[in-house]
Amino acid sequence: MLNWWLPENVATYGAGIDWMFHLIYWITGITFVLVSGALLAFLWVYRDRPGRRARYTHGNSSLEIAWTVVPAAILVALTLLSVPMWSAIKLNVPPTDLVINVTGKQFNWEVTYPGPDGKFGTDDDKTMLDEMHVPINKVVRINLRGRDVIHSFFVPQFRFKQDAVPGRDIAQWFEVTKPGKYEAPCAELCGIGHSGMKAWIYAHTPADYAKWAAENLKAAGPASSSQTVAAAATMEGKAKP
Amino acid sequence: MSASSVAAHPPTAHAEHHELGFWRTYVFSTDHKMIGRQFLFLGLIMMILGGLLALVVRWQLAWPETAVPGLKLFLPDTGGAIDPGQYNMAFTMHATIMIFFVIMPILAGGFGNFLIPLMIGARDMAFPLLNMLSFWVALGAGVLMLAGFFVEGGHAAAGWTSYAPLSSVPAYTGTNWGQNLWCISLFVLGVSSMMGSINYITTVINMRAPGMTMFRMPLVVWSLFITAILLLLALPVLTSAVAMLLFDRTLGTSWFLPSGGGEPLLWQHLFWYFGHPEVYILILPAMGIASEILPVFSRKPVFGYHAMAFSMIAIAFLSWVVYGHHMFVSGMNPALGLSFMITTMIIAVPSAIKTFNWLGTLWGGRIQFTVPMLNALAFVSMFVIGGLSGIFMASAPVDIYIQDTYFIVAHIHYVVFGGSIFGAFAGISYWFPKMFGRMMNNPLGHLHFWLTFVFFNLTFFPMHIIGVGGQMRRIYNPLQYEFLKDQQHWNVIITMGAIALGLSQIVFAVNFVWSILAGRRAPINPWNATTLEWTAPSPPPHLNWGPTLPTVYRGPYEYSAPESKADFLPQTEPLARARAGRH
Repeated sequence: MLNWWLPENVATYGAGIDWMFHLIYWITGITFVLVSGALLAFLWVYRDRPGRRARYTHGNSSLEIAWTVVPAAILVALTLLSVPMWSAIKLNVPPTDLVINVTGKQFNWEVTYPGPDGKFGTDDDKTMLDEMHVPINKVVRINLRGRDVIHSFFVPQFRFKQDAVPGRDIAQWFEVTKPGKYEAPCAELCGIGHSGMKAWIYAHTPADYAKWAAENLKAAGPASSSQTVAAAATMEGKAKP
Repeated sequence: MSASSVAAHPPTAHAEHHELGFWRTYVFSTDHKMIGRQFLFLGLIMMILGGLLALVVRWQLAWPETAVPGLKLFLPDTGGAIDPGQYNMAFTMHATIMIFFVIMPILAGGFGNFLIPLMIGARDMAFPLLNMLSFWVALGAGVLMLAGFFVEGGHAAAGWTSYAPLSSVPAYTGTNWGQNLWCISLFVLGVSSMMGSINYITTVINMRAPGMTMFRMPLVVWSLFITAILLLLALPVLTSAVAMLLFDRTLGTSWFLPSGGGEPLLWQHLFWYFGHPEVYILILPAMGIASEILPVFSRKPVFGYHAMAFSMIAIAFLSWVVYGHHMFVSGMNPALGLSFMITTMIIAVPSAIKTFNWLGTLWGGRIQFTVPMLNALAFVSMFVIGGLSGIFMASAPVDIYIQDTYFIVAHIHYVVFGGSIFGAFAGISYWFPKMFGRMMNNPLGHLHFWLTFVFFNLTFFPMHIIGVGGQMRRIYNPLQYEFLKDQQHWNVIITMGAIALGLSQIVFAVNFVWSILAGRRAPINPWNATTLEWTAPSPPPHLNWGPTLPTVYRGPYEYSAPESKADFLPQTEPLARARAGRH
């Protein structure tokens, strides 16, 4: 139930987040029905009627203990379930040889590949605006930075979100499981152009990605933007299953 | 015991007070009741502005970039359509006004001032002059905040959270004096809040009537006392932070700017260290109001009085160590996120205890569906939704996805509108007879309640759905995103609900103003309630009580006690043993 609320998940750890979301959804949903049901039942059963006097009681210690301990136990359990999930997503970046720098600026995402030499800060670095290409089934490491103000790199279908903070270098990761074209909006208010600030992420099969990389991440200097856009358009067509 | 206490408050000194003139009675008054009413009026008037700003935001989200009805007057060039800068300004000022100039003045300022001395049996606050100043300084802060709408570049547009460096460098938002005035206004308001909170704390500790022990205090006084402690400790952090922000903007300091050695996250730490206790500052008084009204109209003692008081104390302590849950994906060390996750989960426990005790109060009662009771019941049920939706955000992995989406917008509105504003409506309709000496109109009160309850839910519940669908908060136009296009119809439904919710408040405004002028005269104790304020005339005179202060013999919620034929025993009613001794 209510799966239609969440957009499709196409990344590895997104499934865990969705599972946790649904677990909390059921726990809170059942609690809501029980509490509201009790409230409505009391309002009906104990409505004011002539000749009846209210029950004179100041409370009940056993009940107090029960409704302290039970919610506390459930909440601690939720915490314990969340801890390993959080650690796997945010505390540890799995080893990978695919690293992409993403820099937020008013009002674009600058996506930089290290080029064939695998190193940033060299001449063969390749920077694209609001566009990213990644292979599926491979860990992609993102180094997030903010140039001017704080932005937030949000990929709804990857269940990925991380603020890009000026003065910081924040390493994050994702692994996509399905080829396609995904939107990556900025989720932190960043000024007049905040709304509409977004990148497109193209997830390719490994073969398509290799082809794209060979054409676009060549050592021979940066390709012109029109070439990049054209290549992206082709890839977009190919990525569709 | 009573003899010595009376001596400590010599009645003659007060009883001989002379008539005060118009200005000292209605304007520069040091009477806590008049100051309470002044705060209430300030909050209600600002609510009109805050609500209209919300409707501008909603119109833009439902029908992006079309003319907003009525705005043509202010924006003749576009025919009333707003641009992204004006949109950012609208939601920034909506939240700023609602939090700092509506809910805080009404709940902490209005009810705090009016109720504390009356309910603990004091003649006034401990420092009446300071109390008067706290209102006039707050009004000055309000004027400074409103002035920001008229300066070049427009008002602050960096969100009510004003994250640096967006807020700390004028070029990043294009607003200059708007954001400066925002900082100055909140700084001034911080001073006002400090004067008020010191006063509340001192009054509660020192000025309780004979026999009014701490654990005979009504729960609303407990809630306002704890709120005052939070105000005293939390607001100065914001006051310092906005001063640092203003210095970054105007004097060239670099507290929050990395290029000068500063740290953007420092702002967030300071802001949320204030900001999370602030959420409880907004909700605790409403919890107190509900705890006051449910027993009266269930004709039952409150269930678990001590659990209620101690859970509020627990909330106050825990509220200092949960603030990092606003920063799970901010770039703060994710290991720190783990400790904030556990504290955040735990702070839900005292809220759960309170909810179950409210249910326990209803259980076995004789429930009367008056207007204050309906609003208090709405508070409980809406607070349950707001509390439960908070658990999603408390789980850090889930928060990765729903952080900064409409899910959090839904959550905060279930807490501060479903909670605080329903609490305010409950409190206003309950204490109106004491505040103004007249009763509010009953059919209009019922009409307003039902309209508000239905349209509140129509407005805010679907925000959960679009939030889970991924719609970010603070975006100008959802149609700029492919993944949001399929759910745009919800934005239209929400906006229609919001317009109806806004129109419903006209019923309240009419009822409020008409009842002050021409409502039925209120008796001393219209609800047959037990607490001290209902033993004073409606409205109570200057200095509240006659020549002697009331003496308290029992707890605040003695309803349907077997020892009495009547179904309530006022706190001033001597115990049977004492009564026997007197005869």
